Amino acid sequence: MNPINDLIKQLTEQHGRKRESLLPILQGVIEQEKYLSEYAMIEIARAMDLPTAEVYGTATFYSFMEHRKAGTYIIRVCKTITCSMKGKNQILQTIEDMLKISLGETTPDGRFSLLQTNCLGWCHKAPAMLINDEVFTDLTPEKVREILKTFLQTTQN
Amino acid sequence: MAFDTYLLKRADFIFKDEEDWKNILTRTLKLPPNAIINELMSSELKGRGGAGFPTGLKWKLTAEAPGNEKYIICNADEGEPGTFKDREILTLVPHKVLTAMAVCAHVIGAQQGYIYLRGEYKYLVEQLNQAIDEFHTICQSLGCQFTIRIFLGSGAYICGEETALFESMEGKRGEPRNKPPYPTQVGYKNCPTVINNVETLAHAFTIFKYGAKKFYDLGVQYSRGSKLFSVSGDTPKPGIYELELGMSLEDFVNEFGDGDTKAVQVGGASGFLVPRKKFKATAIGYKGKLSGISLPTGGSMMLFNSSRSMYNVLDNYLEFFREESCGQCTPCRVGCQQLYQGIKAVKRGEKPAGYLDKLLKLTETMKLTAKCGLGQSVANSFSSIVENFREEMIY
Ligand SMILES: Cc1cc2nc3c(=O)[nH]c(=O)nc-3n(C[C@H](O)[C@H](O)[C@H](O)COP(=O)(O)O)c2cc1C
Ligand code: SF4
Ligand code: FES
Repeated sequence: MNPINDLIKQLTEQHGRKRESLLPILQGVIEQEKYLSEYAMIEIARAMDLPTAEVYGTATFYSFMEHRKAGTYIIRVCKTITCSMKGKNQILQTIEDMLKISLGETTPDGRFSLLQTNCLGWCHKAPAMLINDEVFTDLTPEKVREILKTFLQTTQN
Repeated sequence: MAFDTYLLKRADFIFKDEEDWKNILTRTLKLPPNAIINELMSSELKGRGGAGFPTGLKWKLTAEAPGNEKYIICNADEGEPGTFKDREILTLVPHKVLTAMAVCAHVIGAQQGYIYLRGEYKYLVEQLNQAIDEFHTICQSLGCQFTIRIFLGSGAYICGEETALFESMEGKRGEPRNKPPYPTQVGYKNCPTVINNVETLAHAFTIFKYGAKKFYDLGVQYSRGSKLFSVSGDTPKPGIYELELGMSLEDFVNEFGDGDTKAVQVGGASGFLVPRKKFKATAIGYKGKLSGISLPTGGSMMLFNSSRSMYNVLDNYLEFFREESCGQCTPCRVGCQQLYQGIKAVKRGEKPAGYLDKLLKLTETMKLTAKCGLGQSVANSFSSIVENFREEMIY
């Protein structure tokens, strides 16, 4: 059996099979898998006795619920007004150069995806970005290089 | 009438360390619901999430609504660009928010409360759950069975709108419902629900501790109390500040500006842009007796200096709305796209300058016909930018 079925089973047992549990279950799968595959959505629908279209329709509404394969580390750079004014483009450029990918892409080894997002709630320390759930603020190109270096090192081992 | 501007005055309640919060909880839970409602009403506390509905009245209506199952929900979706105060409250003084939620539960007769926390703040879950666990132990020792759980969002600004938030908690797309009925009658799982902003609940704690009068004495008529302001943009001191309501924008800029402030966006992307010439005539508070223009705000204050292009600012907001519109109703779904494309077309010279007036009319239509506050409020920033900085939109 696909390991994702075990995960879904465990999540439905933890949260219950009511409709109110759908978001926590989807979030639980994303936490492990980083994205929701078609297979995962079909299996969640089956486990919760919901039409697949309902699961798909709900999941695709939320910007943090990736439904395309994504990297182990999802980088989300804030593009809203204050971060934009305080050098967001240089931050993006630095990441693109270092990881050799463009916005929206994933590195060939599947480690990093680069995305943009809206205001992260750290405008007083702009520019800001998230790497998975972790927040990084007051970014400069140098600081971003240092941060990425530590991520590159830890994932290499 | 003489223009009665009020000076900028600092306050320090929200982040003050209140070591006796357990006593405040014990003491307040012993009061009859009516006494608590009256205290909140006489403080004139209004919702700090943006809409400014009187908090005491909200609790009263929910308490009186028929139904055995009721809920108290703390709105921690904080998605308005330029707002970051609720995160700070939940980080530094979560027990104040939890205390106010338990008191609300006692007033309305709820067993269960939720904190709807935006996905962007997921890193906070662990420490917040610790605070909740500690709180539950104290509640149980007081014989109070009330429990609180965190519900995590997943990156959707619209889920901060109260009815979209209920839909999201029910496991659905975050699409706002028609109002009425209001949440006080039909909220989460169709039960009467109090939904309050994080900061509103923190102020309620201040009122329980110090009494309504202390709170009422701050601010000005119709805009009582203090408020947290999230200050960002072109300012030498970005950060979170607690100030009394009713100050003039000129005073605010004198304090927080960089000496070259061209405009201030009050209330985030869904608020208003105020140009320099109107600083003096603008006061920050709820609508009422304040002469001049009074602007309510969720606390987002973004400063722009003269190096900034107002076209770029508007373009950035419209991109935000275009992405965050839930797409449920046509005026907003199509309107946001048209505005976004429209200002680009004017800038590129593909449309004449007069096209801006057509777009302004479109925002008027959206204000009247959009289903929820998102679509209705796009007109605020659009018209205040286009009307005050028309040349920048064209050349
Ligand atoms: C598009 C939109 C987004 C909103 N986002 C938030 C939010 O992030 N936090 C919040 O407290 N209120 C938000 N609100 C206001 C809520 O609908 C609601 O009025 C508020 O939570 C009530 O709490 P209060 O009375 O304590 O202010 C939003 C409203 C709209 C229309
Ligand atoms: S106004 Fe916009 S966000 Fe609100 S219901 Fe309509 S489409 Fe959705
Ligand atoms: S604009 Fe980037 S954190 Fe708010």
